[in-house]
Amino acid sequence: MTRLRLDGVTRRFGGLVAVDDVSFEVPAEGVTAVIGPNGAGKTTLFNLISGFLAPSAGQISFEGKDITGRPPAEIAAGGLVRTFQLVKLFEDLSVLDNVKVGCHLQGKAGLFSALLRPASARREEQAVEARSRELLAFAGLSAFADEPASALPYGRQRMLELARAMAAGPRLILLDEPAAGLNTEESAALSRIIRRIAEDGTSVLLIEHDMTLVMNTADRVVVVDFGRKIAQGTPAEVRADPAVIAAYLGTGKPATQEAPHG
Amino acid sequence: MTTSPSITSPDRRRSGLVGLLPWLFAAGVVGYAMVVGGYAATVVSFALIYAVFVTGLNLFMGFAAQVSFGQNAFAAIGGYLSAVLTASHGWPPLPAMLLGIAAAVLVAAIVGFPTLRLKGHYLAMGTLAIGLITYEITVEWQSVTQGYMGISGIPPFGIGPYEVTSDRGQLILLSLVVAACAFAAARIRRSRFGRALSAVAGSEEAATALGIEVARYKLLAFLLSAGFAALAGSLFVHVVGFVSPEVFGLHMVIVTFTMLYVGGIGTVAGPLVGALIVSLLPETFRAFKDYQDLAYGAVLIVLLIYAPRGLASLFSPRGRS
Repeated sequence: MTRLRLDGVTRRFGGLVAVDDVSFEVPAEGVTAVIGPNGAGKTTLFNLISGFLAPSAGQISFEGKDITGRPPAEIAAGGLVRTFQLVKLFEDLSVLDNVKVGCHLQGKAGLFSALLRPASARREEQAVEARSRELLAFAGLSAFADEPASALPYGRQRMLELARAMAAGPRLILLDEPAAGLNTEESAALSRIIRRIAEDGTSVLLIEHDMTLVMNTADRVVVVDFGRKIAQGTPAEVRADPAVIAAYLGTGKPATQEAPHG
Repeated sequence: MTTSPSITSPDRRRSGLVGLLPWLFAAGVVGYAMVVGGYAATVVSFALIYAVFVTGLNLFMGFAAQVSFGQNAFAAIGGYLSAVLTASHGWPPLPAMLLGIAAAVLVAAIVGFPTLRLKGHYLAMGTLAIGLITYEITVEWQSVTQGYMGISGIPPFGIGPYEVTSDRGQLILLSLVVAACAFAAARIRRSRFGRALSAVAGSEEAATALGIEVARYKLLAFLLSAGFAALAGSLFVHVVGFVSPEVFGLHMVIVTFTMLYVGGIGTVAGPLVGALIVSLLPETFRAFKDYQDLAYGAVLIVLLIYAPRGLASLFSPRGRS
């Protein structure tokens, strides 16, 4: 079954075509990775899928429903939730409260529930508390529940962002360079967590530079360069693809060399 | 939780007690005013009315981290509607007050819908304009507001035959209103609604990505804030018995901002503490005569240096909870 489908998706910024006629499918099971050199249009692609940008052409559908150009909050409410390349935590809130915010879509209590606190709101609040603590345990953050999010070391901030996104109950989660800035050990832990998320039934689409992570974690890889899809297949197939090797290592044509990222 | 409960719980209890200090301070000040009465009671009454206004301002500026220089407009709407309906049309105060609040919230919705698309400085400028326009209307619409002359003979607050006329009665009434407002703010803080506001304050993009409709929550915080402002405006005219455009002028914006920052923006106790301190400080420096304003200014600077997140933040474990 197809969870996400892109059909000829294109995005232009003035004369620059950042994403050029890209089509692929993300099945309901497993982990799909989008790789490509810096500036290949990967983050733009994510912004288009999650509704933060509207495509200039093409169609995006999620679980058979057209979501092209819908507002991002609506897309998230539909079950497609993203994280960001640069961690965007609610720094003044505690680690636990960050995950509770993530549970927003799971509840429906409004202003009057806040003020009058009826039984239904108290039950909802208990469920939010329980689910948030569960997710913190899952991400290995239980010991930090009451710390301010800004006090966490970088690697754990990344884990918190992941736990917070999972709290929204997505059926497809988009991870924008989740391993950026992580050390080898943290990256391996992240890989295990991503596999578990996929096994629990949430399909994962990730952008990544860390090739070890991609090769160990992804079931399928889509390769983009200069905004176009140049290859697609299993990690092994993609690694052997001449077009991919050319894009990554260069063919003597002007540089498309990968710059270090941070 | 892997931390041992025997370590965390006494710690929490202590911070819970420390957290009570701002409230004990406020209760002490109000109690003193009750006993002494007269001028002290008047000063504290005004401080409590400001506390209602600043609690509302805090929902928008502290909880949701937006900026508005124009909340005085909603206090003016609440105050003038109360004044005109009771003094000129013989309405009882309670329905006049409720209508004033409803009108302010309605105007806030009409104004907020386009204005809240603005961000940062632009939002600040837009809201400043709302305050200035409302001020001009209260000055120029003489047939209703009597311009600079103002409206006098506004009856004190009361329900049916029970009127609150004494200083002490007013202090009790205002204390109850302030307590209810602080209670509401505390409940909002620890709710799904309050968390959504914190999310908007923390990162609009991250909030959106988690399915929070940012524009909707900003507008709701703005409406709430306008409701509190109108309530404060209405309380003011019934306590003083008189209203003129100056009451809700730019001075109010400056004073209430000072209260919010001195007390502690984003905290629950901050607005009340700030309103009391900023109202009482000038009085305590009366002995300095010519240097009164100088001493007041110096203390404000010292406060903002040593408690940059406000006085109430000194008593809460995370500075913001």
